Amino acid sequence: MNDIMLVSLIVTIITAATPLLLASLGELVTERAGVLNLGVEGMMLVGAVAAFAVQFTTGSAILGCLAGAAAGTALAFLFGVLTLTLTSNQVATGLALTIFGIGLSALAGSGFVGNPVAKLPQLNIPGLSDLPVIGKLVFHHDALVYFSIAATFAIAWFLKSTRAGLILRAVGESDDSAHSIGYNVIRIRYFAVMFGGAMCGLGGAYLSLAYTPMWVEEMTAGRGWISLALVVFAAWRPFRLLAGAYLFGGIAILQLWLQARGLLFVPSQVLAMLPYLATIIVLVVISSGPARSRLGAPASLGKPFRASS
Amino acid sequence: MRFKVEQRRHIPHALPWITPVLSFICTLVAAAILFAIIGYEPLGALYQLFVAPLLTVQGLSELALKASPLVLIAVGLASGFRANVWNIGAEGQLIMGAVAGGGVALIFYGEEGFWILPLMCLAGIAGGMAWAAIPAFLRTRFAVNEILVSLMLTYVAGLFLTMLILGPWKDPDGMNFPQSRIFSDSATLPTLIEGTRLNAGVLITLLVALAGWVVMARSLLGFQIRTVGSAPTAARYAGFSRSRVVWITMLAGGGLAGLAGVFEVAGPIGQLIPKLTPGYGFTAIIVAFLGRLHPLGILVAGLVMALSYIGGDNAQVEIGLPNAAVGVVQAMLLFFLLASDFLVRYRIRRVRSAGAAT
Repeated sequence: MNDIMLVSLIVTIITAATPLLLASLGELVTERAGVLNLGVEGMMLVGAVAAFAVQFTTGSAILGCLAGAAAGTALAFLFGVLTLTLTSNQVATGLALTIFGIGLSALAGSGFVGNPVAKLPQLNIPGLSDLPVIGKLVFHHDALVYFSIAATFAIAWFLKSTRAGLILRAVGESDDSAHSIGYNVIRIRYFAVMFGGAMCGLGGAYLSLAYTPMWVEEMTAGRGWISLALVVFAAWRPFRLLAGAYLFGGIAILQLWLQARGLLFVPSQVLAMLPYLATIIVLVVISSGPARSRLGAPASLGKPFRASS
Repeated sequence: MRFKVEQRRHIPHALPWITPVLSFICTLVAAAILFAIIGYEPLGALYQLFVAPLLTVQGLSELALKASPLVLIAVGLASGFRANVWNIGAEGQLIMGAVAGGGVALIFYGEEGFWILPLMCLAGIAGGMAWAAIPAFLRTRFAVNEILVSLMLTYVAGLFLTMLILGPWKDPDGMNFPQSRIFSDSATLPTLIEGTRLNAGVLITLLVALAGWVVMARSLLGFQIRTVGSAPTAARYAGFSRSRVVWITMLAGGGLAGLAGVFEVAGPIGQLIPKLTPGYGFTAIIVAFLGRLHPLGILVAGLVMALSYIGGDNAQVEIGLPNAAVGVVQAMLLFFLLASDFLVRYRIRRVRSAGAAT
């Protein structure tokens, strides 16, 4: 394998990992606040179709991305009304949200199938982007790739070092205690859920504007579910999520790449199973043994909260 | 005048059964508005969706055929949901059941015998159970979240099926299509009514729903399952084993999903193909909730859900309504139901403001 091939392989892996990273970062924040939203796939799809529709009609990639985030937020708000205000079951509501998102996006996108849009432009820094190897690897991606990495750092910092982040984690670990010292659990969870929706919408927008710049029904192809798995795989830690997203993206691309070159000696499906099996193994490791208390899930994850007074 | 939300002390008996009906009516209204927005005549579309399939024998038989896997799976899952065991991987368990049952059909390809079908069913139940046993084992032994494990295994199951029908189980005369041979006659379910696809699996589903009702409502096991779910501390004092309930409900869900898988491949499909189900395993979760986790409620909910599928196909053919609209309507139905649950558990009371009282 020569350098150029390797560089293009890595660049493809980065573009495959970015939508996963964006969506799972959102879900990570949601889950750290104690809410399990299984509607990631649905929120990504409405994000993808909204972004595509807006970019197609206005020609603006920035408006497209914003529309994607807004659509994801809107769906997440609906989830919030049902699970937070009306204390419905989070699992059932999340699944309904996915079904809703699949249907709604297909319905809204039916007029856009088969139309291409301009791909999200790649950054071009004179001098840096022209460097051999490094230029292509580091300085020649679209803005959302950098945004997703910056967001990882920002979220890690927010959760670890800010007061608001501490409160958010307190709400996720023990909603009753957070409530009894005077925090508005429901309002904080609304913010977390809607932030999660915005990031999922953005992840969807990346698919329809950058990864494959077009709209196809159900184009997320299970990436929402992978993002959910990733959050667990990463044990709810942002930097592990970054590594995990690139690992999952890498396996997905490597499998296609090896297959195309006839270098695969096991059925490609075996390779495709690996991320899911790896997630289960990680789950077992973090759920048992000494690591459990340090790495476990937010203690209130998935439990509905309603103030007693 | 202010409004106050408070938890109901006593839930009126009829209320949990009125709200699904109310939700359905709200869905009809919302669906009519949706259809009008996307440019279809609302009443005509609703007629095609919810009425037209009920008017022909063909439509009714397809309805039963479509409801069967949903009910079968939902009855199993509901037992778990009652005990706070969240198996959401029924889709994968269905696939593994179909693989196991289909494997039997392929091994005995060309052979005749009344024993082939029962053997397929047993293999399917075992396959689904085996797949559900993984999250059950991890949950009881390592306290691993069963939602995530059962979900991950759904994707593994789908890939496993694809691997088999692209590899060793590929139809030798199938021109390289990813599919198995078409099962021989003794490996396909007999049809009940000439000219329809209605098969004997539907009857078994009906029996399962009734049996599920008896077990949940009348047996000690059912009582244990309900107690573990609604009052874990009391269950512990009474000596009910939580692990045992996890195992039993997981295996019930997996086994019935596996059986549903066999009924699909030995029934309307007749072979193994990459996409065995239009998401029955996931829709069944909605059906379970729509039916209030009660086997008889699930029977009704399964029929309503199946009606929307068949009506959806119908409306697509007759008036060109996009199939995606049906998904939106199904999701709205669940949204309304989940929202209306709030009214079951809480009541909104008008209270006089403090100033008026003095």
